[in-house]
Amino acid sequence: MDAIVVEGLRKRYGAVRALDGVGFRVHAGELFGLLGPNGAGKSTTVKVLATLTKPDAGRAEVAGHDVVAEANAVRRAIGYVPQSSGVDRDATGRENLMLQGRIQGVGGRALEARVGELLDLLGLTDAADRVVRGYSGGMKRRLDVGLGLVHRPQVLFLDEPTTGLDPEARASMWEELERLAEGEALTILLTTHYMEEADQLADRLAIVSLGRVVVEGTPEELKRSLRGEAVEVELSDGRAAEAEGVVAALEDVLEASFEGRRLRSRVASGARAIPSILSALEAKGIGVEAVTSHRPSLDDVYLHYTGREFAAEDEAGGREDGSAAER
Amino acid sequence: MTIAVRHTWFMVGRQLRNLMREPIWIALLLVQPMVWLLLYGQLFKRVTNLPGGGFGTSSYITFLAPAIVIMNSFFGATWSGMAMISDLDRDVLPRFLATPVSRISLVVSQIVRSALIAVVQGVIILVVSLALGVRVHTGLFGWVVILAAAALMNSAFAGLSQGIALLVRKEATMIAIANFIGLPLFFLSSTLISIRQVPHWMQIAAKFNPVNWGVIAARQVVLRGTEWGSVGLHLALLFGLSVATAAFATWTFRAYQRTI
Repeated sequence: MDAIVVEGLRKRYGAVRALDGVGFRVHAGELFGLLGPNGAGKSTTVKVLATLTKPDAGRAEVAGHDVVAEANAVRRAIGYVPQSSGVDRDATGRENLMLQGRIQGVGGRALEARVGELLDLLGLTDAADRVVRGYSGGMKRRLDVGLGLVHRPQVLFLDEPTTGLDPEARASMWEELERLAEGEALTILLTTHYMEEADQLADRLAIVSLGRVVVEGTPEELKRSLRGEAVEVELSDGRAAEAEGVVAALEDVLEASFEGRRLRSRVASGARAIPSILSALEAKGIGVEAVTSHRPSLDDVYLHYTGREFAAEDEAGGREDGSAAER
Repeated sequence: MTIAVRHTWFMVGRQLRNLMREPIWIALLLVQPMVWLLLYGQLFKRVTNLPGGGFGTSSYITFLAPAIVIMNSFFGATWSGMAMISDLDRDVLPRFLATPVSRISLVVSQIVRSALIAVVQGVIILVVSLALGVRVHTGLFGWVVILAAAALMNSAFAGLSQGIALLVRKEATMIAIANFIGLPLFFLSSTLISIRQVPHWMQIAAKFNPVNWGVIAARQVVLRGTEWGSVGLHLALLFGLSVATAAFATWTFRAYQRTI
């Protein structure tokens, strides 16, 4: 059974087209990643699925309920951890969890027990009765996750759960999430703009760009869909365009592109291609600074499917997300 | 309906717990009304001797005390939207909106919290007034009427303040609007001085001023010759206004939801 079904969602904020037909399915019990740069439409997708905003067109179901027509049924079935923490900073961690549980209809001893269990699970027991204002960023984020879990939802939405955390806090959050995904019969939809995060955590993922899903699959499938290896050549002078032509014409090279003084290519076999690339460049008198080769990463997958480099678009895309997020 | 009441109760509990954790706030809440009472009481002590009169008592503090309860309640209400803005700024509201929480409870709880605080402050002012020699002519029931007037006064303007907060969503703008509304309405009422002592146009304006409605209702029960019809009318007017501003606040909340 699919826990989340998304079909052709469209949504505009004024002149900004946030969603342009995004669609995917998430199987029950899996951890699904939505990967894309800022402004790709990940957060808007999650807001629609969490019933915060209505799509202009398309439809979506969460835990078998339509997000527009049966919004309250969806709200009972989901936990939503927004990108920016929604904790009440003037209350204690325990109070935050208790209130969240009460408005989800859990109460009495069952709620007290659940809150105690979650505080334990998230390593917040010692801080439980302190005001959240004094929590570290990682503690606050773990409490956010706890708020989403207090009523044992079927589906948990995590919108950029590790953004803004230092590397140590991020690593421990990853551990938490892996444990969660294994344990309860929980479906998790996670958005991220970190390649390694999607690679490490997601059972399956969809790459989102400009409000649309460009490709969907397991991280391994996506990487395997790019045959061969990625070879990067750093040139010592600015003749990158000429170098691209030379390299692309080689038999061992599947595709090539350049950016600045960096030449990126995908080859069937690095061991065969690298010598021929180097000798071809040398024959033209194009100087080479460094050569690296690696198996395709999700970064290469992204580049392949969108024709753009991930980091470069991330910066350009930030503007779009900013305007959509503005109140 | 019962869900809405339960959720309102949870939300009011949350706000009051947070408030009680700030000792400075509790001190301010307790001290501020007394400052009003003692400061104005001393400043205008001799005003009841003015020719033309209209005070209904020779003791200015007796004239003043019920109106201070109302004034305090009114000013508290104009600021109550600040808590909503703080929830908006910290993204607390979107988190609640992804739960089945009663939408109306998110707005109404702010108004109820504000009115509850006004009533507690009203009790304090009345107790201090009692110590200063103020006697409520209609006895215990009169006390209840004054506190009811304070609660209605507060909810009427708290609804307005919440609505404005949801529309402007900015602290600085909220402060400017609260001042813009608060001071003129205060001075266009008979809070500090008998209505007979003010220019004719102000007397007319006061008739339409909700702050004055509250002052009339509260003061009538303190002084001799209480006209219960007038008390009831002015309480009813405040109730009507409370319903209207609560509806306004709910409408602005829907407008806010559409911007997410």
